[in-house]
Formats: sequence, structure tokens, C-alpha cells
Amino acid sequence: MSPAEFTSDPWLILLVVVPLLAAPVCVMLRSAGGAWSVATAVSWAVLAIAIKLLITVLDHGQVVYRIGGWDAPWGIEYRLDPVGVFVVLIVAAIGALVLPYAKRSVEKEIRRDRIYLFYAMLLLCLSGLLGITVTGDAFNLFVFLEISSLSSYVLISLGQDRRALTAAFRYLIMGTIGATFYIIGIGLLYQMTGTLNIADLKSIMPAVVDTRTVHAALAFLTVGISLKLALFPLHLWLPNAYTFAPSAVTAFLAATATKVSAYVLLRILFTLFGDVDLFAAFPLQEILIAMALAAMFLASLSAIWQENIKRMMAYSSIAQIGYIVLGIALATETGLTGGIVHMFNHALMKGAAFMSIGAIVFATGAVTLQQLEGIGKRMPFTMAAFVVAGLGLVGIPLTPGFISKWQLVTAALELDMWPLAALILLSSLLAVIYVWRVFEVAYLREPVIGIHKPQDVPLSMLIPTWGLALAALYFGSNASFTLDLAHTAARHLMGGL
Amino acid sequence: MIDFNTLIDWLGLFNDWIAIVLMMVGFYTVIAQHNLTKKVVGLNIFQVAVFVFYISMGKIEDGSAPILKDGVEIYSNPLPHVLILTAIVVGVATTALALALVVRIHHSYGTIEEDEIQVIEHGEEDIA
Repeated sequence: MSPAEFTSDPWLILLVVVPLLAAPVCVMLRSAGGAWSVATAVSWAVLAIAIKLLITVLDHGQVVYRIGGWDAPWGIEYRLDPVGVFVVLIVAAIGALVLPYAKRSVEKEIRRDRIYLFYAMLLLCLSGLLGITVTGDAFNLFVFLEISSLSSYVLISLGQDRRALTAAFRYLIMGTIGATFYIIGIGLLYQMTGTLNIADLKSIMPAVVDTRTVHAALAFLTVGISLKLALFPLHLWLPNAYTFAPSAVTAFLAATATKVSAYVLLRILFTLFGDVDLFAAFPLQEILIAMALAAMFLASLSAIWQENIKRMMAYSSIAQIGYIVLGIALATETGLTGGIVHMFNHALMKGAAFMSIGAIVFATGAVTLQQLEGIGKRMPFTMAAFVVAGLGLVGIPLTPGFISKWQLVTAALELDMWPLAALILLSSLLAVIYVWRVFEVAYLREPVIGIHKPQDVPLSMLIPTWGLALAALYFGSNASFTLDLAHTAARHLMGGL
Repeated sequence: MIDFNTLIDWLGLFNDWIAIVLMMVGFYTVIAQHNLTKKVVGLNIFQVAVFVFYISMGKIEDGSAPILKDGVEIYSNPLPHVLILTAIVVGVATTALALALVVRIHHSYGTIEEDEIQVIEHGEEDIA
């Protein structure tokens, strides 16, 4: 590799180390306010580092950091390319917005003596998610996967309802099986190649790809990550986990965790197996498209029947993951661009949706549609943010959902897959139904009497919510930045860069 | 009659067979058991199977520990062993967290049988 292609940058490691070290600091402070201040400062520092790295990556193509100065196949290297930096940006930005939001929301939902532990866990989760994105070592990725997973089990179990405990337990069982599948796959690959470095694996892969060991490895890796990703038949942990977790946690995880897993899937399919024509050798494309379509339709249908608005949005998340995987499965430049840009857009929309729901829960304690009657009149600002997010999920023009769906439809048409393009549009109609159900209840019905009078939502919660909603509107009407970045990332994955 | 060489080939993969059998036993336990603690036990067996798989991957016949010493020429690969040390630590953390959750579930539901928990949960569907 010529020196012009990448540059070494110590900021890369700080992305992971800063939140990792700040987590024990939060524990030692033992005060809710102190832990919150540290966590917020760290999350903004991480965002600053992410933006700095974005600029470097745009200039140089790739950023590499060698841990301990050891060179790549022996040492662990951190590597950030246009794909990774996009995901880092999503995670860092959501983290920086969720933490200010979390202060008041968490004070209300979590016992005071546990709040400092909550922030420590949130920082660990942030560190793990960023680590997954930047590491260039397949086993290191597993370790970060477990850091982020273990902390998210704890975060989910801190929900007020006791069902949060069983939701966290189920997620733990499924998540651990997924992660263990992943190390089995990596072990099989290590047996065949003798290396764990992702770039190294990529170059050796063509020589060994026709062995049964590598086929088994691919199966283990795909199924394992699909569990983490909540790809359709493996999504059972997700609805309850999102429904019963504290509001801030739901917003954070819904916007970041599944996106990072989608990124790992991209890495496996297009970097690990990048030099192999994977989709010609296996019926992987057909399987992934079938799963994605099943997610888009069945999860949307489930969303329509939900009475709990948090669970409705959770099912909607599964459907939206379907769109991301559909883009990945199409495996063309346009398809990948659609999938990658939808990772970003969905993070904005779901973040805004769950934050506005969190604000409603904060003010009224209401989560079921019945309790939400007339909420649009009582809390116009909060509900308006939800409307923006909801329209985005449907894919109305000027919202980010439109941009990604347009890309996906274009990609399907490029491949002459007319029925697929039609199905993408058809599945949007299902989103219209469940989003409309909320609108109808919130705006067209009279406020119910008997529900306690809504408290004011603090600005610290409204500003991040509206920050995301406005960002969604901005990136929906002016998508050149995100689309360009996603396109660069897709070209990079397809080997054109 | 089974060909002798085939038999040796199969027996030579003894560690892998053990790993696969353990893996299936553990996986089945996780799925089939209704008791949450037993699920955790199954999860442990499942993970231990992967540890066995990794450890035997690094071991070479007659290979010694990777320490420079006169007269020793074949060394086992230490890397899978080191990796699995990390995975064991992760496994311990997961088990501890899982058991802590089981304790909390027992506190608030009064049972750790999954079917009983489901009955209780259905009773309180979406009041909150």
C-alpha cells in the first residue's frame, strides 16, 4: 500500500480509550450529577474526535493506528475507512445528543443511587460500539462486541417495568449466542488462514474460499451477526428490549447498536470476503433479500397491531433494518449507497422518534395509544418532532426516509428487479398505516380526562429531540453530504477505491 | 467393515467431535430448558465448547509451550490460547451478569421458570 493511501493518526485510539477510561471515573465519582457531567463532556469530545477523523479520512482515504507500534499482521491495528467513519459519526453524534437528553429523563426513570452506574454503562456501550467500528482485527471486534452488548444488557435491565429484566435476560441469551457464533466463525477462518487481521484475511481469502471450513465460517458469521442485527427471524429479543428499556437507552440503542451490527455485516460480506465473488458462489443474495422483505412486511404488519407506541416503533425498527439489509444484499454500488445512507437516516429518524416518545413518557407517563389521545394538542412541540420522524419512516419527500428509499428503488431498477422496487413502495404503505394510527389518536381525538396533567418537558430533552428532527429535515431536503459520503463508502466496499 | 484409515481420520478429529457434541448439548439446553438458571448453564457449556475448539486448534502434536528452550523445536501456537483467555473472561462476565439478572427476576416475579413468567407477563400486558 502506498503511503498516500492512508495516514497514521493517534486520535483513532482516543475515540475508544476516552470513553473507556471515563466509565470507571463515573463509578468513582459516585454522584449522579458528576457522572452526568463527565459522560456528557466525553460524548462531546468523542464527537469532536469523530469530526476530526472524518476530515482526515476524506483527505487521505484511510486512517490507521498501530497499537503499541506493532505492525499489522502481528499487532492489532485500528483502521478507519470511509465506511467506518460514517458509522463512527452516527454513533458519536447520537451519543452527544442522547447524554444531555438523558439527564432529566434518567432522573425520573432510574433510582437515584444507580444513576452514576447508568452513565458508566452508557460510556462503556459507546466505547464498545466505536471500538467495533474502528478495529481492524477480527477478534478484537468480538471483544468490543461483548463490551457493548454486556453494557446494553445492563442498560436495558434498568428500565422501570419488571419486564425490563426478562427482556434483558432474553437479549443476553440471544446476544451471547450471536457473539459466540461470531467467534466460531472467526476461529474457523483462523484455522484456514492463520491470521486475524481483517485486511490480511481479505487477501488470503481467495485461496481458501472453496473449502467447507470457510463455507461454515461464513454461515456462522452471518447468522451470528444477524442475531445482533435483529434481522427478521432472529429479531425476537428486540421488541421487548426497546419497549422496557429507559427512554434514553431506547433512543441510544435504536439509533446506534443495530447500525453498528449492520456495519459488521458489511465488513464480513464486502471486506473479509471482498476479493471473492461471494454472491455468485452462494445463494446469499436470495436469502438476504428474502429476509429483508420478510422484515419489511411482517414487522410492519406487527407494528400496525401494537397498542404500545414504544413497541410499535421497535417493530418499525426491525422493518427499517430490512431496508438496510436489502441495500446490502443488492450488492451494487447504488444498493450499498442506499443501505449505508439508510443507516444514517434511520438513526436520525428513530432517534428523534424514541426521544419524543421519551419526552411524552416523561411528561405524562403514557405509552399506549389509548393514553395518548389528544396528546398533539397538549404537547404540540414534542409531538411535532414525532411527526417529522414518522413521516421519515414512511418516506415522504423532504424527509431522509425518502432519500434512502429512492436510492433502493433506483438500485432495484438498475438490476431490472421491478417486483422488488414495487415491494419497497408497497411496504412504505404499511408504514403509513401505523404512523397514521398515532397521528389519528394524537391529533384527531379530544384529550382524555383523568390522565394527570402533563408536566413541562425540560429544554434539555426538547433541544436534542428537535436537534435530531431538524437534522432529519435538513438531510432529507439536502442529501448531498450524506449521499456523497455513503457513495464513497459503497465505492470503497466494492473495491473501486 | 470400516476402513482403518478412515477410522484414524475420524479419531484424529476427536477434539473437534467433543467440541461439536458439547456445542450441541449446550445449545439444546439453552433452547429447551425453561428454567433460567439452566439456560445459563447451557450457555456456559456452549461457550466452553468453543474454548475447547480454539485450544485444540493451537495445540500441535508433541509441541511445547512457546518458551525458548534447548532441544525443543516444535512449539504450539500460543495465539488461540491467548485469544480464548479473553473469551473466557468475557464468558465469566456474561455468566455473572446473567445470574445477577436471574436473581433480580426471582425477586420481582417470584419464579425463574420461563413459562410461569410468561403467564405473569401476559396478565399485565401493557398497563405501563
